[in-house]
Amino acid sequence: MSTGFTLESNGRIILRLDEVERMMLLSLCDQIVTLVTPKDRDPDADPLFALVGIEPSVERPEDDVMLRLFPDAYSDDETAASDFRRFTERDLRQTKTTHAQTVQETLQRSGEKVVLGLAVAPSWLGFLNDVRLALGARMGIDDDFHDAAVELAEDDPLLAMLDVYDWLTYLQESLVQIMLA
Amino acid sequence: MSIAPAEISQVVEQVDPDRPWITMVWNDPVNLMSYVTYVFMTYFEYDKTHAESLMMDVHEKGRAVVSNGTREEMERDVAAMHGYGLWATLQKDD
Repeated sequence: MSTGFTLESNGRIILRLDEVERMMLLSLCDQIVTLVTPKDRDPDADPLFALVGIEPSVERPEDDVMLRLFPDAYSDDETAASDFRRFTERDLRQTKTTHAQTVQETLQRSGEKVVLGLAVAPSWLGFLNDVRLALGARMGIDDDFHDAAVELAEDDPLLAMLDVYDWLTYLQESLVQIMLA
Repeated sequence: MSIAPAEISQVVEQVDPDRPWITMVWNDPVNLMSYVTYVFMTYFEYDKTHAESLMMDVHEKGRAVVSNGTREEMERDVAAMHGYGLWATLQKDD
């Protein structure tokens, strides 16, 4: 797949993508937005709650992916963890949505050469991280996962997912190295 | 190497008695070491040496105390860590 992000001498961050990679990233933007947007929002919900960013009630997610994206803030106090969700989950959903939409906007006005301003680089890092967290949780990634993956059959869909995951890892690592330099 | 945050037996750092809450970041198999360092430098404004040392604690010991303060301050820090995708919890120091 493509090379990662590179820093040009004029300070611009460049990513070269072929059309398949670009469509893949755009599709992942959509999927993250869909994933973090609540499905069963009550249309009659009190708009005042929205105004102050509080959810009247928020349930702890049961799905591994959602639980990784929206983790418990207290490991030993369910009530406090639940209160924390009511007060913060709306903002956290918005953060993830904004990251994905920022990436989407960058991609939509780019061809095969994507130019990132420093202002949007943190959103790219956050988005790449969110997708990797989601894929990692879905695949059950752990430290031994890659070693075990050699045992998978060639047509195992997990292998295709792992390819995407590894590519995103490579992209994120190349961008974070630029940000750390 | 990921460790469930259920068993917390000891606190790694000395904590000011007037700032009795701590933010803990936990190891997970997805977050990149470089990214965790970047987050500690960006959000907490720690220098690279300190940020890397905390990141290595997360990586090798499974967790690290990354900040301490009032409960409200720690809730802000934990919310920010979740925004970056790090696995963080807060607790009263004891």
